[in-house]
Amino acid sequence: MMYLKIFFIACLVLLPAQGLAAEDTYGYPIPGSYESTIIGTPAKLMPELPANINTRQLVLDVFPERKKPSIFFYDEGLRCTFAYQDHKAPLVFLIAGTGSSDRSAKLMVMMKAFYQAGFHVITLPSPTHANFIISASQSRIPGDLTEDAADLYRAMEIAWNQVRGDVEVSSFYLCGYSLGGTQAAFVAKLDEERRIFNFRKVLMIDPAVSLYTSSGRIEGLMKKIPGGPKKEGIFFNKMLSKFSEFYRYGNYVAINDEFLYAIYADKLYSSEETAGLIGLTFRINLAGMIFSSDVMTNSGYVVPKNRVLKITDSLSDYFLVSCHLSFFDYFNEYLFPYFQMRRPGLTKQAFIDSLSIKSIEGYLKTSDKFGVMANENDFILTGEDLKYLQQLFGKRTKIYPRGGHLGNLEYKENIAYMIAFFKQ
Amino acid sequence: MTDIISELSGFNSAQKTHKTIFNLLVIIQLMLALTLSGCAATRENTLAEVPPRHSIEEFKDQRFAEVADPWEGFNRNMYRFNYYFDKYLFLPVVSGYEFITPVFLQERVSGFYNNLGEVRNLTNSLFQLKGRESATTLGRFVTNSTVGLGGLFDPATSFGLERHEQDFGKTLGYWGAGSGPYLVLPIFGPSSLRDTGGLAVDSAITYGIYTAIDPFGNTSNSFAISSGITALEAVDTRHQQSFRYYESGYPFEYYMVRFLYHNKRELESGKHPLAE
Repeated sequence: MMYLKIFFIACLVLLPAQGLAAEDTYGYPIPGSYESTIIGTPAKLMPELPANINTRQLVLDVFPERKKPSIFFYDEGLRCTFAYQDHKAPLVFLIAGTGSSDRSAKLMVMMKAFYQAGFHVITLPSPTHANFIISASQSRIPGDLTEDAADLYRAMEIAWNQVRGDVEVSSFYLCGYSLGGTQAAFVAKLDEERRIFNFRKVLMIDPAVSLYTSSGRIEGLMKKIPGGPKKEGIFFNKMLSKFSEFYRYGNYVAINDEFLYAIYADKLYSSEETAGLIGLTFRINLAGMIFSSDVMTNSGYVVPKNRVLKITDSLSDYFLVSCHLSFFDYFNEYLFPYFQMRRPGLTKQAFIDSLSIKSIEGYLKTSDKFGVMANENDFILTGEDLKYLQQLFGKRTKIYPRGGHLGNLEYKENIAYMIAFFKQ
Repeated sequence: MTDIISELSGFNSAQKTHKTIFNLLVIIQLMLALTLSGCAATRENTLAEVPPRHSIEEFKDQRFAEVADPWEGFNRNMYRFNYYFDKYLFLPVVSGYEFITPVFLQERVSGFYNNLGEVRNLTNSLFQLKGRESATTLGRFVTNSTVGLGGLFDPATSFGLERHEQDFGKTLGYWGAGSGPYLVLPIFGPSSLRDTGGLAVDSAITYGIYTAIDPFGNTSNSFAISSGITALEAVDTRHQQSFRYYESGYPFEYYMVRFLYHNKRELESGKHPLAE
């Protein structure tokens, strides 16, 4: 089975690399932007990481007064994972990407890598994750970068207070990927005022330059679905039956890595379909955010206002409705009206502009603590965005020739760069 | 209900049966208490409901990730029960086990039970008349039981004999039985009506073989030994599963788990060409 895997990887490497081979020494093998985003990094190409490290789950009671609806009975506080050294060491805070928890697979790999390199680590869920909305968001309405950064900062302070008696910390670092990377910039800016951590360095991995533009580009991936995103259910069911048939006639032992590689080696899904699947995954994540926020605020957006959901109630219709709402629906009907109500006179354009790192470029330019990692074929960024990042951060911008969105995050060379950046 | 559960729990001695049934009664009482408390906490609010901005009627699309689930209310209660069972009993025991046992030993324990599981894989490969697969599984069992020191090690895999997971639920599926409604079992977790029946049959076969061989019949402590072996098996099984109820924090986790369980089972059981 291992040989098969290597064979598939070899196929992936060899096919397109012929043209590039001369000028390109970067070893991440998957050429397609969408494919790398879905496949990620093959296990063989990840760094060797320790199987067991000292970790502890932190459950933070950020708002002790807050009453939680009974369907979220399992949510006992903001969950963070803390990996600790037994000696004095620097501490890294890691912020997850859109819709991800503190234990997302990517965060766990980064946590182990930083731990191995001698750092303490605390991972945080994304402010768009249900757990964060329920337990750590002041407004319970995620999407405003400045407010989300304040929520993150508060959570970091509480986490730090909970562990500071047990470990010795020499200095603080901050890192986030995807939306978490964008948020890291805003958290660092807040830290310049609050001065609790004095982050020595801040690393943004595959960040969005503008939240609005990038979300729009992800939404755009679903446009090529026959009938558009409103027919995502038909699309989902069609993709599933393709998957099932491929399995049935392929004589596979189980649904495992080998099978998943085979899907891509055989090009089961076209480029448009792969893009559609990424868009749909984004929607499914977004659905969790929309539903939790709606229940927490009793806004009557997808759940009837004043309805008290019981543990045995079916949520199936809410799931389907939430999945059919786009980022733009959320933005125009829910997020923007809320902030317009709170900040009279706020125009839509002004709000969109505030959701971009350009809104704090004055600060970012003057600070040399930032570093950026990005991929040339990341579909959430435009060519202009990439140029902007290079202009803004200069030498501290590392751009890889491929990797899609986060596909190469766990690749050993990328992990080595992250660690080297903090150790400089 | 009691019958089903006691059949499923795979106990294997007469004395133990009483104890198991007693334990099950406690569990069932707990479940009832949870179910009733769910009912008692009915809508306390007096505010009138207002229809939401978006509802299912406005979308003209196929539903997706759907699985027949007429007992969703019961299943959701059971899902929650398993969460509490894990939290207050099962997982603390498992972490205690992981804490006191060296990793090397944990792997040997898993190997031992996985090797015993080959008996279930073999009987079901045979029920499905899969000659080559049965030979492979038999080869694995013989190799690992001998060269692998009773299953402690797994040389068979390095000889190219791949493991084929089989059970009676898959056998039923292979011969054309539909999965039936989704069912969340206490402690065992996600299942279906068909797979629950399958689990009962597999347990009965294991019990039958065990009784026939009666490996500890000559010792005076056969009850203590067999209870210990069963308990350790339960701990090892949970130790090998990384799934944690509600860990994703995703509000629709129940549907994700249901969808993945159902489709994985349907795919992996496959269908005999005549049963298509």
